[in-house]
Amino acid sequence: MNAQMLSLNQLKQIALHREAFIYYIFFFVLFFFAIVLHDTAFLTLSNFMNIVKQTAPLTIMAVGLTFALAVGHIDLSIGSVVALSALVGALLLQHTGIPLAVLGALLVGVTVGLINGLLIERLQVSSLLITLGTMGIITGIARQITNLESVPIINQDFTFFFGSGKVLGLPILLLWTLIIGGCAYIILKKLAAGRHLLAVGGNPVAARAMGIKVTRIRLYALIASSTAAALAGLLYAGRLHGARYTLGEADLLTVIAAVAIGGTSLFGGRACIVGAILGTWLMGIINNGLILSGFSTNEQMIARGVILVIAVAIGVKEIRNG
Amino acid sequence: MVRSALDQVALELNSIKKSFGGVHALQDVTFTINKGEVVGLLGDNGAGKSTLVKCISGVYAPDSGEIRVNGKAVYISSPEDARAAGIETVFQDLAMIPEFNIVQNLFLNREIKHKNPILRWLGWLDTKAMTKRARKSLNRLNTRIPCYNEQIHNLSGGQRQAIAIARAVNWGADIVIMDEPTAALGVEQSAQVNDLIKVISSQGVAVLLISHNMQHVVETCDRAVVLYQGRSVADVAVADVTKEDLVGLITGAKKIAA
Ligand SMILES: Nc1ncnc2c1ncn2[C@@H]1O[C@H](COP(=O)(O)OP(=O)(O)OP(=O)(O)O)[C@@H](O)[C@H]1O
Ligand SMILES: [Mg+2]
Repeated sequence: MNAQMLSLNQLKQIALHREAFIYYIFFFVLFFFAIVLHDTAFLTLSNFMNIVKQTAPLTIMAVGLTFALAVGHIDLSIGSVVALSALVGALLLQHTGIPLAVLGALLVGVTVGLINGLLIERLQVSSLLITLGTMGIITGIARQITNLESVPIINQDFTFFFGSGKVLGLPILLLWTLIIGGCAYIILKKLAAGRHLLAVGGNPVAARAMGIKVTRIRLYALIASSTAAALAGLLYAGRLHGARYTLGEADLLTVIAAVAIGGTSLFGGRACIVGAILGTWLMGIINNGLILSGFSTNEQMIARGVILVIAVAIGVKEIRNG
Repeated sequence: MVRSALDQVALELNSIKKSFGGVHALQDVTFTINKGEVVGLLGDNGAGKSTLVKCISGVYAPDSGEIRVNGKAVYISSPEDARAAGIETVFQDLAMIPEFNIVQNLFLNREIKHKNPILRWLGWLDTKAMTKRARKSLNRLNTRIPCYNEQIHNLSGGQRQAIAIARAVNWGADIVIMDEPTAALGVEQSAQVNDLIKVISSQGVAVLLISHNMQHVVETCDRAVVLYQGRSVADVAVADVTKEDLVGLITGAKKIAA
């Protein structure tokens, strides 16, 4: 085999690589809407910045969920954590400063992750069932603590840092996305911690045999997932100048679809942060495109469901083949 | 086979016992392995081979008995203890991560970290150094691998076995335990693994080999220890016995005065 053929083969392999799928679909959808919506504001920088700002909490949730999926867990409680964390942050802001409010909100995430993880490991029940249960509990608490009232936020610094601010001309929500995404990327791709995370998801028996602390790593992954959701709650609260128990309610499906279509395996062992970010942006673009095309909220929901099914179908098919 | 220079005892097992409730899986297992020696561990289904391996590699703690490594008594209660004592196990399922490539599997949980102290503290991986070391250690075992970025599940069974063995040796093990390494392999790949076993034993590593395949035992082992209902009932030089003798010992039809 000569050198040229080899490189051609390699190119083919890269092109067929599962993680490349998101790039194709991303640019295909972009292209599609750009043509269909050519006489609207779709293809403008400000529209894209809006999409990025709107999807920032979702992107952070997707990045967090990638950690849970990497070890082979699913975390259904992230949507409810968004609401509770936002409410706790907003309530604390009425009495204290930003640091304590942020700390309190993030602690909601850490605590939920810890409880999820401990329950899963102690009871040896699937993460699907446990996090479904905690989702219900947390949603209930979020509704209870404010009697379904929303909590406004008037602290300007908070709404700057977690919402409308700009730094070096870039929206602060874009920076949050890039910083959290960048850290997650480095952890998963470059650090031993990420390697162990994926090993636990890929083959937990083997990981344990090689001396990796499987239980502890699964616990960390669930804490990462719900802490990211807690941060997403703060970003919602910052952008919307307040918190409400409905925040994050409808995000779970979108986030799972985005992560799955981004190349992360729903069964552990393979994770792709860039894909997760592009995936949420893709969901944002689709939403935006559907709105600009005049589709209703219900129809958008259907579209998201269809996309999730397609993404999962691709993932499952690939597992059968390989 | 005579290995006069290497007749120091690497692993010594004294009256190892292990029960599961009422099942006495190991009643009295006693034998030794010298450095550079390949010892076959034989026995019928349920004789206690896998249980013994798990006791040595730290999966189970034995109920009683003594394990000595290089003359020193060691207490093994976890896989880390076994590893610290210089014992590596090549598990039957090879303990590989299918999504990982060769280098990633070779260095699983023994990653080489970056030289920069800050990055090192973060656990930053030095992929280049690991690839280099991987190439070296696989070359040392005469294993040629097409591409080090290849994912494990794209490799043949023999190549995977080679990588599992390389991983054990790579980590400086003095004692390598292999649970049926050729059970799933074809003729040619079995031969490759046999060669590999010879290479590592010639480097002074003591090998404990579990096998149901008498041909394989006769070809690769220096000695054979036979377990029968949880007891070590025979310890013979392979050169002194026939395959039929071994089968007789395994089934209990033949007995040797210990
Ligand atoms: N975890 C366990 N709990 C209860 N009994 C066990 C356990 N592990 C092994 N045993 C019993 O101990 C005995 C020895 O089993 P072991 O797996 O060590 O046999 P083996 O020699 O490896 O057999 P094979 O050739 O079939 O692999 C058997 O009677 C088995 O049923
Ligand atoms: Mg067995």
